[in-house]
Amino acid sequence: MKRRHLLKVGGAALLSAGVRGRLFAAPTAGPRFLLVFLRGGYDSTNLLVPYSSGFYYEARPNIAIARPDPASSTSALALNADWALAPAVRDTIGAMYLQRQVAFIPFAGTEDLSRSHFETQDSIELGQTVNGARNFRSGFLGRLSDTLLGSSSSMLPIAFTDALPLAFEGGSTVPNLSLKNVGKPPFDERQAHILSDMYAGHHLETAVKDGLELRQEVATKMADEMTAANRGAINTKGFELEAERMGRLMRDKYRIGFIDIGGWDTHVGEGAAQGTLANNLANLGRGLQVFSQTLGAEWNNTVVVVLSEFGRTFRENGNRGTDHGHGTVYWVLGGAINGGAIAGEQQAVNRSTLLQDRDFPVLNDYRGVLGGLYRTLWGLSADQCAMIFPQASPLDLRLV
Amino acid sequence: MTATPNGGRVQQRRSAWRRLPARLQAALAVLPVATLLACSGSATRSDTGTGSAAGRAAGAAAALPVFHRDDMLWLERVTFGLDSVSVAEYRRLGRERYLDRQLASQDIAPPPIAAAIDSLEVTHADAQQLLIEVNTQNKAINAMPDGADKDQARKALNDRGNKLAYEAARRELLRAVYSPSQLKEQMVWFWLNHFSVHQNKANLHWLVADYAERAIRPHALGRFRDLVLATLEHPAMLQYLDNSQNAVGHVNENYARELMELHTLGVDGGYTQQDVQQLARVLTGVGINIGNAPKLKPEWQALYRRSGAFEFNPARHDFGAKVLLGHAIDGRGFAEVEDAVTLIVKQPACARFVSRQLASYFVADNPPPQLVERMTQTFLRTDGDIAAVLRTLFLAREFNASLGGKFKDPMRFVVSAVRFSYDGRPITNTRPLLNWLNGLGEAPFAHPTPDGYPLTELAWASSGQMSRRFEIARQIGSGNAGLFDPEDGGAAVASGFPQLSNRLYFEGVEPFLAARTRTALDRANSQQEWNTFLLSSPDFSYE
Repeated sequence: MKRRHLLKVGGAALLSAGVRGRLFAAPTAGPRFLLVFLRGGYDSTNLLVPYSSGFYYEARPNIAIARPDPASSTSALALNADWALAPAVRDTIGAMYLQRQVAFIPFAGTEDLSRSHFETQDSIELGQTVNGARNFRSGFLGRLSDTLLGSSSSMLPIAFTDALPLAFEGGSTVPNLSLKNVGKPPFDERQAHILSDMYAGHHLETAVKDGLELRQEVATKMADEMTAANRGAINTKGFELEAERMGRLMRDKYRIGFIDIGGWDTHVGEGAAQGTLANNLANLGRGLQVFSQTLGAEWNNTVVVVLSEFGRTFRENGNRGTDHGHGTVYWVLGGAINGGAIAGEQQAVNRSTLLQDRDFPVLNDYRGVLGGLYRTLWGLSADQCAMIFPQASPLDLRLV
Repeated sequence: MTATPNGGRVQQRRSAWRRLPARLQAALAVLPVATLLACSGSATRSDTGTGSAAGRAAGAAAALPVFHRDDMLWLERVTFGLDSVSVAEYRRLGRERYLDRQLASQDIAPPPIAAAIDSLEVTHADAQQLLIEVNTQNKAINAMPDGADKDQARKALNDRGNKLAYEAARRELLRAVYSPSQLKEQMVWFWLNHFSVHQNKANLHWLVADYAERAIRPHALGRFRDLVLATLEHPAMLQYLDNSQNAVGHVNENYARELMELHTLGVDGGYTQQDVQQLARVLTGVGINIGNAPKLKPEWQALYRRSGAFEFNPARHDFGAKVLLGHAIDGRGFAEVEDAVTLIVKQPACARFVSRQLASYFVADNPPPQLVERMTQTFLRTDGDIAAVLRTLFLAREFNASLGGKFKDPMRFVVSAVRFSYDGRPITNTRPLLNWLNGLGEAPFAHPTPDGYPLTELAWASSGQMSRRFEIARQIGSGNAGLFDPEDGGAAVASGFPQLSNRLYFEGVEPFLAARTRTALDRANSQQEWNTFLLSSPDFSYE
């Protein structure tokens, strides 16, 4: 993606009182960014299969995915001489990869070696150094949106979640709303005013106001959903439906989005070409494809990153599953990215290159990866990058 | 209790209503009936012993100490929210005696609630029998040829699992709303969350009721070590964190890690990856068996343990020597597990971690360190006596100073709203409560990851959650919300909306309301709206 919009960003100014106006501001051109957080530590080794490594097949006697074989629909799809893609996402992510709309970054992750879901998720969302003094109420997407909002009131952030994720904690408030179920707004304007007024001067004032307004707005936007479906639009359900709704909101208004998806902690019976992990991946792949289609022309102006707190053990465990590991594979998607690539620093996959004889090392730190993407997407200065990811060096992986 | 200002408030509000259209006035004229219903609801509880105190409260008010804002907030925090029974008992006993009674309290429920709980299948079910049933049926279904019959059978089995898990949630919610042992109910909820399991994993739909009843509830105010061991031996936990799969040669570290990180020591509790691996070895062989006992070598037979579906199988255990937290543990079977748990719960890090979690739940998102330290000392001195630690907490100066500043999590919000709105009148249907908790993201047995739900305001007060909260306030405030529909899906029972401007309100809430809340209440066009605004107010969401 060319850098279309070199914004003059004026630092992390806090939002002023004009919150109400902010929610209804008309969108202007500018890149969009969606972060998809796979909570639970997905088994990236069975998504991006190191099929040239004999050790992979040794280490996973029951759950390995078969080497690429055009004659077999349960074999992996070769992406290059070393890596192949899980068949569960062949028709979705695989097809997009061939159109150069998807790239993968193996050996990605954090410096956090706790192998704890919660600690590692939190440390990623905070986006600060692990060993320094940390501000536990400041997430990197919060700092990113503060930085961007300081320059343009159209850089609206949103979390498509029931609760506001730690990643969005920060100076200004970010609206959140899960799009799993949307219905009619329950309050008329007078009632909404009275409710808001009760919280005037309260520290929840903005959250209350935003919540009441966003609810109204989404209800209006989704009112034609049924009609659209009857006109032959894709009949979506589950995550696909959610992804379609996200696509519409991001196409029309919001510029920085967050969604999380659970169910990846496959300690037992994770399956191989088919099974639990494959079903989850297929679902995710379909959703991301629907998201890209919903954005239409704006897909060329959008970048999606899919990440997870850590990878899993390279070897399968005694229960045909995998345990908590370290390095993982990040996905980067977008209509105009330099996709069709396996990006970032890599090394051969064999027993001697494992970390602690257990899992993948991290060669591409998430703060460098995301910081590098943001720097190019929005033309951020070194100071601004350092505000979002303190003491991290942005990596230029030439994906955008 | 000062009668005059309350009366004045009533007058003012009624005079505002007089400006309403005639039709609305007519609707409002039925209100005294609703008030009477609420009162008669209280009176029917007189046979529980505590209800009669509520009935006498009005007459005895003059002799009782004044109910201050701090009293109201203290009681809100210790209970799942005010009702007439708790206010009357608190006023009669005073703070310390009320607390001691709560800390010693038994599981009791008003008769209609006890009857509802007794009618549940899970109340009489045996976890092992349920596991046998689900396993047998699963095998039978797997053996069926693919097709409609198989799908039908699978659906029937899933429905039954869902029903059992729903009953588990229903039982906990009924007790949370109606048990006079309010602090115990809060602690059952707290520990269910601390030792969180998710009903969607493996066969947990079938096990969560037993887990709550037999692993958590008996120890909720008891010894922490007993609680850890009870959860460790329960098939729900063994399935949820995979220890049922943990065997020599097939080590699974999942439970070992979470046992230290989430249940006892905390992530900064001073253990290492090495300790996780060692504890996992100690835990090999701790699992589930619903069939016959295995044939064992003679030297192992005495080491075999079995209780219900819980099993310690020496043939699956790693008998090698281990070193945990710097202490050598000789290989000798389940005694290693008991020693390891004792070792872990005696660590000051464990006392501190558990004390801090309790204080985060009951005092403040960031509890005062000196309070946590005193609780830690109580924990260490009393060998993990939970009631003693709580006594330190609730009588602390810091606790008093925190009153009014704690945001109710969804469970506290929903339960307190129903307690306040219906004040002892038994609801019949708990599905609306469960739907609200699902909508707010804090349903029982539904947290997907083993860390449990967050204890801090940050997690529950986002914009989306606030608007959801107001919607729920509207549903509770402006109708019966389905709470009085029969559980079996029979014809809905119409019962209007609750009357929140009742005696409990004027005694326990109205005198302390913020000015902005009063203004909003004065702008209400109807009783339903008034109810909605009150339940949506910051006064109601903070305790």
